Amino acid sequence: MLQLASVSKVYPNGVHALERFSSEIQLGEIIAIIGGSGCGKSTLLRAIAGLDRASAGTVTLDGEAISAPHAKVGIIFQEPRLLPWLTVADNIGFGLSELPTDERRERVACALARVGLADKAKVWPRELSGGQAQRVAIARALVAQPEVLLLDEPFSALDAFTRKDLQDHLLDLWADTRPTLVLVTHDVEEAVVLADRVLVMRPHPGRLFEEITINLSRPRDRNAPLFEQFKRHVLTALDRSLDRTVPDTQGRREPGGGLWW
Amino acid sequence: MTMTVELQAPAVATPQTASQPRLTRLARPLLGLLLPLSLALAWEFAVRAGWSNGRLVPPPSKVFTTIADLARSGELTRHIVTTLSRVGIGFGFGVAAGTLLGGICGYWGFARRLVDPTIQALRAIPSIAWVPLFILWLGIFETSKVALIAVGVFFPVYLGVTGAILSVDRKIVEVGRVFRLSGPAMIRRILLPAVLPAYVVALRVGLGLGWMFVVAAEFMGASEGLGYLLIDGQQLGKPAQIVAAIVIFAIIGKATDWLLEIATAPLLRWQDSFARQSGAA
Repeated sequence: MLQLASVSKVYPNGVHALERFSSEIQLGEIIAIIGGSGCGKSTLLRAIAGLDRASAGTVTLDGEAISAPHAKVGIIFQEPRLLPWLTVADNIGFGLSELPTDERRERVACALARVGLADKAKVWPRELSGGQAQRVAIARALVAQPEVLLLDEPFSALDAFTRKDLQDHLLDLWADTRPTLVLVTHDVEEAVVLADRVLVMRPHPGRLFEEITINLSRPRDRNAPLFEQFKRHVLTALDRSLDRTVPDTQGRREPGGGLWW
Repeated sequence: MTMTVELQAPAVATPQTASQPRLTRLARPLLGLLLPLSLALAWEFAVRAGWSNGRLVPPPSKVFTTIADLARSGELTRHIVTTLSRVGIGFGFGVAAGTLLGGICGYWGFARRLVDPTIQALRAIPSIAWVPLFILWLGIFETSKVALIAVGVFFPVYLGVTGAILSVDRKIVEVGRVFRLSGPAMIRRILLPAVLPAYVVALRVGLGLGWMFVVAAEFMGASEGLGYLLIDGQQLGKPAQIVAAIVIFAIIGKATDWLLEIATAPLLRWQDSFARQSGAA
């Protein structure tokens, strides 16, 4: 279980990127974090990844506090971030250097086949399309068999068709080992297609605004009326989160907080 | 490295494409030779025709005869070997020092703040200005010459290495952090390969300066070497010998640069660069 206990982040320049964010995420859950720019969603993800330390509060995974990158936590960034000097196969095997060569090769081949790029093993990253490169990045993260996989707007740089394709593919891969997925996105449809729970965040400072549970069975039909309804639900929540005049329904405002507005 | 910008004929002219690629591949380097060759031929003709006595600017035939004579007596080999070994040793020391200090200053901020200002100040001194001091300190023989060349090679290598390390993409370094690489592993698996292309460029610039400084070094009282041939030609009034030495400098300088390029090419196969697309011809 991934536990976030009033995680806060204040940057050295005084910006409150994230304020007392708390949530509990069960193993195998898919969480989408959505919100306007500056709502601290990427900050939160980087804190879970152990790339940046929270100013206050704790991130714990199975009771173990996370303060640095952890073996059980993988991350996929907005850009593939493949190492250009390694072939596709070597990129995927990058994090497996401690394994014996045979086992590593086998797992890499398996991962390559799983993302449908078995024929690209010996190719340089520059020869891949954007979608293929992101698949390799997914394979590189999954081959390490993480318990928690973080995704920071992983498909936002791709065209609509490739994006949809990769969303379905991600769910497919998730079903293999069912890790916890925490996905940061600004795409409402993406959140509703993938997530069990959507956490809507509010900017300045970044806080949890609303939590929406998507109890639709998978695979989800993007054209179903119920799907549309959930999408509208998330959208309105998102709209309200950006509207500063609407009072905080969750009553999370601290005394005196009103003066700040 | 030659970079040729391709000016492709419009697609309308398709009928002769079958034989055209091979033709252009052969013709393109020849095109570059056209100007110097015709100038040389014109000068040769002018001297033969008696329009000029060719005493100060020797005709190509005379330069070739000089080179051939030097080669036959075995002197040429001796001079070339001497100069090459000076450049080689100086380059070796310069590269070693530049890489080491550059690596330390690039990786470790404290060392950079401590050492870099001094190195930058030293860099501002024209390296030839060291010559008198080096002669006083190290004598007029090999040591001072090699030291001068090493100084010339050091700065571009140092600058190249520090600059390259500092400009390594933070996002790539973060990949290393996500996979929990230790310090040495981060250097070996992320920083070194990321720095390599810029390092190769720095080596080539350094080598170029090495060739520049060997001439300066051999001007300061050498008894052999290509630079000595230049001075000797000047003092004894043999312009053909000077031009011959210049031509040999050009050929060997280019050859060593080319060797360096060939040697490092396999390490940089992954690069997706402009040169790969257009310089292949």
